[in-house]
Amino acid sequence: MTDKPMVRFDKVSKRYGPLTVLDSLELDVMKGEKVAIIGPSGSGKTTVLRMLMTLEAIDDGVIWVEGSPLTHMERNGQLVRADQAHIRKIRAKIGMVFQSFNLFPHMTAMKNCIEAPVTVLGMKKAEAEARAAELLDMVGLSQKKEHYPSQLSGGQQQRVAIARALAMRPKIMLFDEVTSALDPELVGEVLQVIRKLGSEHDLTMLMVTHQMGFAKEFADRICFFYQGKICEQGHPKEFFGNPKNERTRQFLHAVLEAG
Amino acid sequence: MWDWAFAFEILPILAHAAIISIEATLVGFVLAAGLGLVLALARIAFPWTAWPISVLVELIRSTPLLIQIFFLYFVFPSFGITLDAFTAGVLALGIHYAAYCSEVYRAGFDNIHRGQWEASIALNLSAWTTFRDIIIPQAIPPIVPALGNYLVALFKETPLLSAIAVLELMQTAKIIGSETFRYTEPITLVGLFFLAMSLVSASLIRAAERYLNRRPAR
Repeated sequence: MTDKPMVRFDKVSKRYGPLTVLDSLELDVMKGEKVAIIGPSGSGKTTVLRMLMTLEAIDDGVIWVEGSPLTHMERNGQLVRADQAHIRKIRAKIGMVFQSFNLFPHMTAMKNCIEAPVTVLGMKKAEAEARAAELLDMVGLSQKKEHYPSQLSGGQQQRVAIARALAMRPKIMLFDEVTSALDPELVGEVLQVIRKLGSEHDLTMLMVTHQMGFAKEFADRICFFYQGKICEQGHPKEFFGNPKNERTRQFLHAVLEAG
Repeated sequence: MWDWAFAFEILPILAHAAIISIEATLVGFVLAAGLGLVLALARIAFPWTAWPISVLVELIRSTPLLIQIFFLYFVFPSFGITLDAFTAGVLALGIHYAAYCSEVYRAGFDNIHRGQWEASIALNLSAWTTFRDIIIPQAIPPIVPALGNYLVALFKETPLLSAIAVLELMQTAKIIGSETFRYTEPITLVGLFFLAMSLVSASLIRAAERYLNRRPAR
């Protein structure tokens, strides 16, 4: 493919002391591609998203976004560690939704969605509100604009969080186990919103998930992480239908057994 | 024993001095709250400052306020910095309580869930916006009672300024006493004044708390 990948992990490693969480990871994600990251806990899958969101520093390698280095910047033809200004410029292309929602509890749903567009993008308040209203409508919460997070259910909070991230017009959306903290009956409404996003927007998506059924139906590619490496990846049909690796088979067996 | 006529005679003089005490309290507390916040923010924004700041805070908290007042008023002039008594006194009060306030703010910031910082990064908010709009509005309301206690404590320490002859309540009462040889009325009135003001400020702090907690914050 001649296109530059939307995201490229180039031999990226992450260590916590003696523990190697990610070992020389190489992963390209193309524009508009939906990648589901699965694996046992401690396999480094959440770390992949957190590094891309710059919540974790990397120890080795370079992360690229749309052909520009994120973790580094070019100076005199060489790559050096990125400064805060460079990181903020590239990071603007990325949005993230968290397992624990992380809404701002002292702000209404509407205020949560306009805070960043107004303060970061310099949007006029009225314009930001109009856009936020559209997004809250899209996630089915047009009636809850003036509610505070504490007045919303988990599923509603997570949908506000999705709207809030989209308000920054990211090209890449990261979903970190976004349904794991939800009561089972609320999972569907959140997945429904993500499904809608996938079909209506040309977004590149990376999601860490335990929802195998959703991953199978939604993703273009499944990446199975094991001990800091991609152990197996492929199209969901192939991956679930005919897993090649013994670890993958064991994992799928355990997960499907439980689910 | 108690002379009402004398008490009413000195009341206006004491009332005038009370204004100085209140001024010293307000200016001192604004200084303490502001400087304390700056210290607490610096620790987070510039991690290398954490060690020097904790040494400074420990130094200030572990030495008596009276010595700090004397230091600013009597020792600073030998470094070429001469302050008038009120300025030196208020500065000492402010700096002393800033050390306490900074620890209160720190506790407030420590209570903010890590996810709030992470969401701010994910939304690409600047460090300044994160503090102003996300962290401070959540960190401050729970610590208002603690800050309020320090306001009352600071107020009750303003008589220390009499040691460098600031004409606040205590100093004025002492002067009245030494001129008339009657201490009962002036000292009692000063005590009652502090009692009344402490009760008033305590109820103001409670009102502020209620105001800040009116939103369904959590």
